[in-house]
Amino acid sequence: MAAVDRGIEVIRVEKPIRYRDAFRAQQHRRIAVERGEKGNALFLLEHPAVITIGRSGHAENILLSREELAARGIELHEVDRGGDVTYHGPGQLVAYPVLNLKLWKQSLRWYITSLEEIVIRTIASYGIKGEIMEGFTGVWVGGAKVAAIGIGVHAWVTFHGLALNVDPALSHFRLIVPCGIADKPVTSMRQLLGYAPPMTEVMDRLETEFLNYFANFKAE
Amino acid sequence: MKYEVKLPSLGDEAADEATVSYWLVEEGDLVHEGDDLVEMTTDKAAFSVPSPKSGTILEKVVEEGDEVSVGDVLCFLEL
Repeated sequence: MAAVDRGIEVIRVEKPIRYRDAFRAQQHRRIAVERGEKGNALFLLEHPAVITIGRSGHAENILLSREELAARGIELHEVDRGGDVTYHGPGQLVAYPVLNLKLWKQSLRWYITSLEEIVIRTIASYGIKGEIMEGFTGVWVGGAKVAAIGIGVHAWVTFHGLALNVDPALSHFRLIVPCGIADKPVTSMRQLLGYAPPMTEVMDRLETEFLNYFANFKAE
Repeated sequence: MKYEVKLPSLGDEAADEATVSYWLVEEGDLVHEGDDLVEMTTDKAAFSVPSPKSGTILEKVVEEGDEVSVGDVLCFLEL
């Protein structure tokens, strides 16, 4: 039994929410979706500064010790998603979809590509041309990463998701080797546009693109 | 009866490979259909493989860190 229709409830968290609290909320929802007690959801939020390390992560991609990070107010978490090391923090739009992929398409690759496409459409509304790079998940602009993607799936219900750099402290990314890729810089919408679009506005646009994309998808 | 548990399709036409992250069961464990057996990762996704049948874990064929392809045997169950 799992969610049986394609409705997606959008849940916006107004204040930055700690990584572990957001993770718990996602897992509760995922379990409810698997059991068919609740429908699909899309969490939109920001985190306080945190570095997460995924299953395929390498500790050497974090350039400071846990203590040094704590002194800067940055938490460290090991998480059960694919991918390597990621930074999250204020000014970064985080989207955690909890979707029953059986209602759309049972393909991890398709789902990741879908998230990339939604980000590309969102930033295109600001005149930014995002690209995908073969072999490097995420959305890129001129060789720099503007959005990171890392997902988890249990019984075809998704968790984790994407992080779009609207206006984060880019200096914090220098504390890690983002996604374990040393020679690819990170960028933000602020850096690309010369101004920071309001977070709520970017959330609105991403929400619209997200809901349109999944409402309009036709299974082959 | 010995039953092969294989890596199920990820729905990916191109990249049908994954890495064994960690086993959630030991040899000799009794499992029910649907119980998670092993956690896997691809480059950007993590997922678990549920047991297709109820039975006892006879032998784990792949180890943590191994690269496996869709259809490869992960373990044997005694039904």
